[in-house]
Amino acid sequence: MDSIAGRKSGLSWAVNITVVVLVLLWLIPTVGLLVSSFRDRDQISASGWWVAPFSVELTYRTRADAPPVEADGRFTLTGNIFDTAEVRDSFAAGESTITAFGVRAREPGAFPAGQAVDIDDGQTLIVNRDGSYELTSPIPPDDRGPRVYFVADTPPDFTLDNYRTVLTADNMDRAFINTLTVTIPATVIPILIAAFAAYALAWMDFPGRGLLIAMVVGLLVVPLQLALVPLLNLHNQIGIGQSFVGIWLAHTGFGLPLAIYLLRNYMVGLPRDIIESAKVDGATDFQIFTKIILPLSFPALASFAIFQFLWTWNDLLVAKVFLPSAGDAQVMTVKIADDLLGSRGGDWGILATAAFVSIAVPLLVFFSMQRYLVRGLLAGSVK
Amino acid sequence: MSPVLQGIITIIIGVGGCVGYFYFANMLLDKVIFPARGVNTGRNINRANQVRPWLFLFPAMFALGVYLVYPVIGSFYRSLFNRSGDEFVGLGNYILLASSPDFRQAFFNNLLWVLIVPASATFLGLLVAQLTDRLRWGNIAKSIIFMPMAISFVGASLIWKFVYAQDPDIGIINAIRASMGGDAIDPMQIPFWNNFFLMVILVWIQTGFAMVILSAALRGIPEETIEAAIIDGANPFQVFFKIKVPQIMGTIVVVWTTITILVLKVFDIVYTMTGGNFGTEILPSYMMDFMFRDDGQATAVAFVIMIVVLPVMIWNIAQARKEMR
Repeated sequence: MDSIAGRKSGLSWAVNITVVVLVLLWLIPTVGLLVSSFRDRDQISASGWWVAPFSVELTYRTRADAPPVEADGRFTLTGNIFDTAEVRDSFAAGESTITAFGVRAREPGAFPAGQAVDIDDGQTLIVNRDGSYELTSPIPPDDRGPRVYFVADTPPDFTLDNYRTVLTADNMDRAFINTLTVTIPATVIPILIAAFAAYALAWMDFPGRGLLIAMVVGLLVVPLQLALVPLLNLHNQIGIGQSFVGIWLAHTGFGLPLAIYLLRNYMVGLPRDIIESAKVDGATDFQIFTKIILPLSFPALASFAIFQFLWTWNDLLVAKVFLPSAGDAQVMTVKIADDLLGSRGGDWGILATAAFVSIAVPLLVFFSMQRYLVRGLLAGSVK
Repeated sequence: MSPVLQGIITIIIGVGGCVGYFYFANMLLDKVIFPARGVNTGRNINRANQVRPWLFLFPAMFALGVYLVYPVIGSFYRSLFNRSGDEFVGLGNYILLASSPDFRQAFFNNLLWVLIVPASATFLGLLVAQLTDRLRWGNIAKSIIFMPMAISFVGASLIWKFVYAQDPDIGIINAIRASMGGDAIDPMQIPFWNNFFLMVILVWIQTGFAMVILSAALRGIPEETIEAAIIDGANPFQVFFKIKVPQIMGTIVVVWTTITILVLKVFDIVYTMTGGNFGTEILPSYMMDFMFRDDGQATAVAFVIMIVVLPVMIWNIAQARKEMR
């Protein structure tokens, strides 16, 4: 419409700015999760992810463990605070700057760096910005050295530690494999069943066809909640119980209405000429289906496969009900919602990482196959 | 047996079984039951063609019957019995629900969700669809707004926990408040309004869906109508509200109802964010409170959801039948 008179450039600016704002609003929460998953856990609790590229003031505690030197009846300890045993590992990467120090846990940053202060019993302490310290005392300090707290500017620390923890210690690797195990059969099996039914509903003439189509449309919106109790009882009665077989069957059943609906809508749109000329040439329905319809329906099959994949991967409800709640059968969504949020509720780094691990595959599928997803949505926008 | 191996075997059995079923049943029909030879060739071919649709339909119809039709009846039947399922209580479970303040709260909250989420998501989707329509970088913008569709409700809830967290070093809302001198609040514990904060998450997810469908609908509007309006002196707002929106009204309704149905099913967000506490319970999450504990009440809640969905279902069927004619 740019070329059409009446479009003012001011309006175009407003449009651009509005869209930028909306896009940012949509993007910011996800970026927060992604950034947090790479941050060190101390840094997460010390500063927001939006300042992640900047250094953070973190509080450390250590002991001034330099050997005391006696002179004129006073004992002097000199050294660099970054070299003390308790914090050496944290500053292995390089120097940092001290902003404040203290001697009590309640006030770890009581004094500014570079200021000499009297602490108890005639002792004096100074910690400089570069970490060098000097402590003098009238009595010999104990062997381990006196406690010192300090606040240091710590450079941003991006690590893969969270991923290592999540994937090894937290059983998330198992949950990832469980999710895959649930998802793939639950995506593949309904396609074939639905494709035959869709062909019958699209191109074969039989009494009651309209009624069946109406039924499929109606079943599209049946709330899953209804299915939980009766089907779990049924599974228990026929001996499947809560198991992978049960969840595959359940996902197959729940996915069928959309599959049939999408595929039928697509197949109906295929050119009648091709099918009729194949019939004239003596092809049976079975041959028409396998040799003509199925290859031509590839885009619709792909759309449904993506839908079903995303839906089963992201599902929490069906997995909670149809899989055993024991740890080794949990899928990722259940693991996060029931396990991590409870036990790791305050560990934001772990939560962010677990969430990101669980959404990484759907995002990959989404961005690589967006075209099919959009096409599927447009064809089956009743669901 | 490891689940992975079990999965691979299931795929082989499932796919192999389906292919085998369709192939052999078809062959059996053509070669054995109604063979296309002998005196009855013509009649047999006709008969085979009458049976074949049902052959193709059978597995799907069977699965639909067991997994979706039976549960509607089964749930209703079960909801007439008490907790352990051995005593008929009639509508007792429903009466119990109606007198429970928690249920009324959940019903009321669900009503809020149904009113607000579809409206907001559809409105925002329409806005983005229109704004990005002729934008040079419109496709990138659309992609980003569409992205949450791929994320699980659990994942989305966690993402938003980083927005809502009470700690101003985690939650961006409290960080903004802190920078303006406000106290840290927990948005999940503010009575009544916490419902709206939860709804934001679903709107965030569903706007992309609305946008994609409405964007396609906007593209489908005949150019002539817009050009004619502009020649007649309509400004961009008039073009949008008086020319474009009325033409895509049907699609807007479809998007609206689709999201409404979804709202009635989603329990994940409430479950993950508040566990139904602080007065945020909705019907699907209320049902999960009873799941595994009191099947009678659980099925009764599920059936209430079904009754709420029913008008939409009937409307959908009517639309589909109209289209087929």
